[in-house]
Amino acid sequence: MFGTIWIIPFLPLLSFLILAITGKRWSEKTVSILGVGSVGISALFTVLIGIQFLTNPPPGHFVVQTLWSWMEVGSLTPAIAFHLDALSLVFCFVVTFVGFIIHLYSSEFMEEDEGFSRFFAYMNLFVGSMLILVLADNLVLLYLGWEGVGLCSYLLIGFWYKDPQNGYAARKAFVVTRVGDTAMAIGLFLLFTSFGTLHIDTLLDAASQNWATGTTMAVLASALLLGGAVGKSAQLPLQTWLPDAMAGPTPVSALIHAATMVTAGVYLIARTNVIFMLAPATQLAVAIIGAATLLIAGFAALTQVDIKRVLAYSTISQIGYMFLALGVGAWSAAILHFMTHAFFKALLFLAAGVVILAMHHEHNMFKMGGLRKELPITFWTFLIGSASLAALPIVTAGFYSKDLILWYAWAGEQGNFWLWLAGFAGAFITAIYTFRMVFVTFYGKRKSEISHKPGKRMLIPLVILAVFSIIGGLVETPHTLGHIQLFSKMLENVLPSTGILHSGISEELILQIVTALLALLGIYLAYYLWLKKFSLVQKITQVKLLATSQRFFFSGWGFDWLYDRLFVFPAVWLARINRRDFIDLFYDGIADANRYFHQELRKTQSGQIRWYALGILIGALITLTIVVFI
Amino acid sequence: MTVVPMETGLLLAGILFLLGLVGVLVRRNVIFMLMSIEIMLNAAGLAFVIAGASWGQADGQVMFIFILTMAAAEVSVGLALILQFYRQFKTLDADVASQMRE
Repeated sequence: MFGTIWIIPFLPLLSFLILAITGKRWSEKTVSILGVGSVGISALFTVLIGIQFLTNPPPGHFVVQTLWSWMEVGSLTPAIAFHLDALSLVFCFVVTFVGFIIHLYSSEFMEEDEGFSRFFAYMNLFVGSMLILVLADNLVLLYLGWEGVGLCSYLLIGFWYKDPQNGYAARKAFVVTRVGDTAMAIGLFLLFTSFGTLHIDTLLDAASQNWATGTTMAVLASALLLGGAVGKSAQLPLQTWLPDAMAGPTPVSALIHAATMVTAGVYLIARTNVIFMLAPATQLAVAIIGAATLLIAGFAALTQVDIKRVLAYSTISQIGYMFLALGVGAWSAAILHFMTHAFFKALLFLAAGVVILAMHHEHNMFKMGGLRKELPITFWTFLIGSASLAALPIVTAGFYSKDLILWYAWAGEQGNFWLWLAGFAGAFITAIYTFRMVFVTFYGKRKSEISHKPGKRMLIPLVILAVFSIIGGLVETPHTLGHIQLFSKMLENVLPSTGILHSGISEELILQIVTALLALLGIYLAYYLWLKKFSLVQKITQVKLLATSQRFFFSGWGFDWLYDRLFVFPAVWLARINRRDFIDLFYDGIADANRYFHQELRKTQSGQIRWYALGILIGALITLTIVVFI
Repeated sequence: MTVVPMETGLLLAGILFLLGLVGVLVRRNVIFMLMSIEIMLNAAGLAFVIAGASWGQADGQVMFIFILTMAAAEVSVGLALILQFYRQFKTLDADVASQMRE
């Protein structure tokens, strides 16, 4: 079965090729069968390979399938080779399985869109690239997948390209992530010059043998890799592109900008965890970036009115939790949160897509309201997703993963009180903004008629994801609740375990109860403010200081404003004063000189044959003189 | 029989060539220009004959026959052109036909 690993990324890529070349000729039905089916079969293969991997673990707990040698440039000899271990398996499973569900949903969501086949071509290319990213056995192939998903993100954000606004958002996403990618590329160069290889296993072995903990080189290399991860995962300070990326179709936001691509940074850090552990300074930076991002994005989410932007900021905030976990060395907790987050955030986006479609493409939550009765299945699944996002205790998947992160931030060797406090406060904010969204959208008075009832292909994905949002966390439970460790046991051969400073069931229990109460308090606060006493919110926003801070949070802490002034305006200004590029002056000069001599010389073309004869005579005399005298 | 020294013969050829050249440059009548070209061709032919006689070789005379043939062909083409020229412009002034300029 392990010989078929190549099929997993191959099928979506094949389907992409067929759709990209001949897509216009097929009917929507054929296109959906191709687009959805290829990802579905990939998911099936992933599950079969996963079952064999777990029941019959291969020696060393990883499999490598080398297809062919990609190129040989000096000592750089990357191969097209797939490396499957528990970490790649988790990512493969989420990418193909959640990807399949979202593709199924899209086949109805995108109905009668003129770019139907183009949409599925891009989506399949995305799934293929993402699978190459997570299965790559060397960093060059990983970088190929990394840029591939970046390209698909750009293409799909700007999918409805006729609106210039969407094109602007796509370019912004591309340029901002490129900043991180450049840092990552430099990091790869640095690793290559240090060890002469980019094969991940060899590289990590060499790093742990040659670099002492805290070496400058290790800090530098890991910081550059972190730059790439920060850009891709929309963390501070490169988070500004993700809220604008919501310009794309909703399934794109669910697949790329919530479940999979934006977590590529988490994957990269987890994959190269050896280098990060050799650089405690960078690892602390990872934790601080995560903690700061989750708070900043949480506050921004509190004030948004566009339902998709709330979810976008929430995604940034939840990936902040994953970074916090990576930073405190809770590797498997980060991956668990990635998995549960993929389930419930994809669910929330897809449910939001149903709502948006029903509301004539209206994104403003405050123009919705009262949809509970009209869209019952959507409401219940959205409620489950929200509960999971708000980490409602015991019954939701989000609780288990978030609780694990908070526990390690508190008790782990690299954790400390402040990191825990940030995560703890973040949990409270998460509960408020999540249920603000639920109450404003689904409760209250109905404000407009619904235009589109979702069909089966949209509702079944919601139900499946809702089920996973409830049970997805049961693979790893804390000491107080059965202490199941399936997930971390599976990952223990890839990711190091986390050192615990102080343990004690009572301590853990107290923390859990406090966090759970805080989440419930947040939900109640949301209920009180946005459902019971909405007038209070209006009164609060009248206060000048609060209104100012609301505007500040609404703009995403003014990062766009700052970056516009720091980078965009100077670049535009330079481009404007240098409109006639000064390097072109030299080449323009050559052209001008030629044009001048041409003007002068063409005067000799008088049309008078006797002058031509004179010219021939002079030429002959000059030639003779040269031949005879020189 | 007095032998004409080569220098004198070549000088004569040179003078003839210059006369022809000056004729091409200063005459405006196309027929006279054609005749001047004939003079230049004959000057070149004379130089060949003189050189051949001086070295006692037949090559000079062979070349002269070539030049003669070429001149005959050239005159036939040239005269045909002049006929067309006259039909178009109703004149033989070469300076009138200066339309092919920039």
